[in-house]
Amino acid sequence: MPRLPLCKKPMVSVEALENSRGLIQVRNLDKKYVRGGEEIHVLQGLNLDVEEGEFVSFMGPSGSGKTTLLNLLGGLDVPSAGSITVAGDEVTHMSGPKLTTWRARHVGFIFQMYNLIPVLTAFQNVEMPLLLTNLSKAERRKHVELALGAVNLTERMAHYPRQLSGGQEQRVSIARAIVADPTFLLCDEPTGDLDRSSADEILNLLEELSTVHRKTILMVTHDPRAAERSGTVLHLDKGVLIEGKKPQ
Amino acid sequence: MIIFKFFPLLIANLLRKKTRSALTMGSFAVALFLFSLLATINSSFNQGVEVAGADRLLVMNKTSLVQPLPVSYMERIQQIKGVKEVTYATWFGGIYKDEKNFFAQIVIDYKTFLQMYREFKVPSSQWRDFCSDREGAVVGKKLAQRFGWKIGDRIPIQGGIFPGHWEFNIRGIYSGTRNEDDETQFWLRYDYLDERRDLGKGTVGWYMIRVNNPDNTPTIAKAIEDQFANSPAEVKAESEKSFATGFVKQIGNVKGIMISVGSIVFFTLLLVTGSTMAMSVRERTGELAVLKTLGFSDRTVMALVLAESLLYALAGGLIGIILAKLYTFRGDPTNGFLPSFYLSPEKMCTGMLFALVAGISAGWIPAMLAMRMKIVEALRRI
Repeated sequence: MPRLPLCKKPMVSVEALENSRGLIQVRNLDKKYVRGGEEIHVLQGLNLDVEEGEFVSFMGPSGSGKTTLLNLLGGLDVPSAGSITVAGDEVTHMSGPKLTTWRARHVGFIFQMYNLIPVLTAFQNVEMPLLLTNLSKAERRKHVELALGAVNLTERMAHYPRQLSGGQEQRVSIARAIVADPTFLLCDEPTGDLDRSSADEILNLLEELSTVHRKTILMVTHDPRAAERSGTVLHLDKGVLIEGKKPQ
Repeated sequence: MIIFKFFPLLIANLLRKKTRSALTMGSFAVALFLFSLLATINSSFNQGVEVAGADRLLVMNKTSLVQPLPVSYMERIQQIKGVKEVTYATWFGGIYKDEKNFFAQIVIDYKTFLQMYREFKVPSSQWRDFCSDREGAVVGKKLAQRFGWKIGDRIPIQGGIFPGHWEFNIRGIYSGTRNEDDETQFWLRYDYLDERRDLGKGTVGWYMIRVNNPDNTPTIAKAIEDQFANSPAEVKAESEKSFATGFVKQIGNVKGIMISVGSIVFFTLLLVTGSTMAMSVRERTGELAVLKTLGFSDRTVMALVLAESLLYALAGGLIGIILAKLYTFRGDPTNGFLPSFYLSPEKMCTGMLFALVAGISAGWIPAMLAMRMKIVEALRRI
């Protein structure tokens, strides 16, 4: 795998690292929904520390709060209580626009259904996050080619999603997630829609991103074989972390 | 410009449902074509008003324009204080081959007419030829094009107001200096008419007067009217603009009709494009949520939806306006009733502005919905 483009930014500030015991710190995280007048506790008092370069899997039955946790970590949703700190930044207190900028800068998302834009080529899909940066067209091209090279799809960059297999689509999605060199990756069932062989390819890629490129990865999965590939497996049940690393 | 970065995405979205995009753009094109044509017709009706000289007065018989005035009034008018130049003209009203070949035939005083209407240009050699031929005629450029006339052609006209068979030699072709100038007139010599006619000798249809100072127009008009008060042919004097406006009013409230039709078209467009955009946004809820996930701000997503709506409007509008412009190149479709059938650049810009407003209005609600869309809820729906 070629070296990823990686922007010229420090991943984490020195000061932030000194004050932190992990890249990601989650403290007393609560998330409640009200549906039909009934209050549903999706996450309850969740605590978690994730180190830089760590590959963590979250497992648990449907409705256990895995995806909600991922949404909160990615700044897509706001918690009812508690805090999330990433690389020294308190995410939970960020306003909408600031959170958007933070997300663009720090988070790479990989979805179960790939969520590529069907009318754009693989190249254009991967380029999307870079359109928000100040990179020139030539620089963007260089980054996209590197990212697509990292997922072995250089030759498919002019193809549309409908011209790619599921595994290839997911690889494009990974290229899109890493092209702006985010601080960490959030993967929601990245192999859930793939056959075994394609799933293995994706897991190999994620593993490589974690071990070779020291990318921090948090993955939600139902598949124990996928979870095995990560360094840490955490189980969630009814919104409570029942097994895994505790804060130091 | 950041929007250029997103241009491929905008174009790709427009091409996503080609038929729908074509129909939406088509509705804009048809609407703007209609709008442009109405604006052209309105402008054509008001052409006299638009090109009217601010320093010109029209003097006609107080009873009506069809009642003549003595040609002897000319000298008396010239003596009124503030009057700079005077000329006169008469409506000939003949038929060229067939009644449907209508065009304005104006009998002029060749010694003073061109000085009064400086906006019309005739090559000097042609004008000399006209002045030396009593049966001569000068025709507008568009009129000559319409019938394929050229210098030297002999044109037969069946007299209407002045009975008999008349023939004229084309000695010159005039053109206007402004796009709105009427280039469809047929000018004849007064001395020839007066010599041949049996009735109404020594009379003219109306006088045109240039005043020294346009600010004094009302005073001079009153002085002229007073001059001929209690005479057998009392006169009415008014500014050329006022006369032209009154003439347009007789036709009807064209502007009102135009605004009514324009408003209906506008709201229909809003409904058509608005529903298309709403449909498009609904279909792409997931994609828009993914864009937000990637770090696209709410405002950027809103701008993208709005830009899409604007692209529909501006592309469709441009097509409609270009088609209308091409249509006006064919000339007056009414065979003479709209002599200046011309779509001006100003009207074209107004059309584009109209398209712009319609595009923004139609895309506004879908854009706001896209902006307010919650990522988590939208992703759940994929």
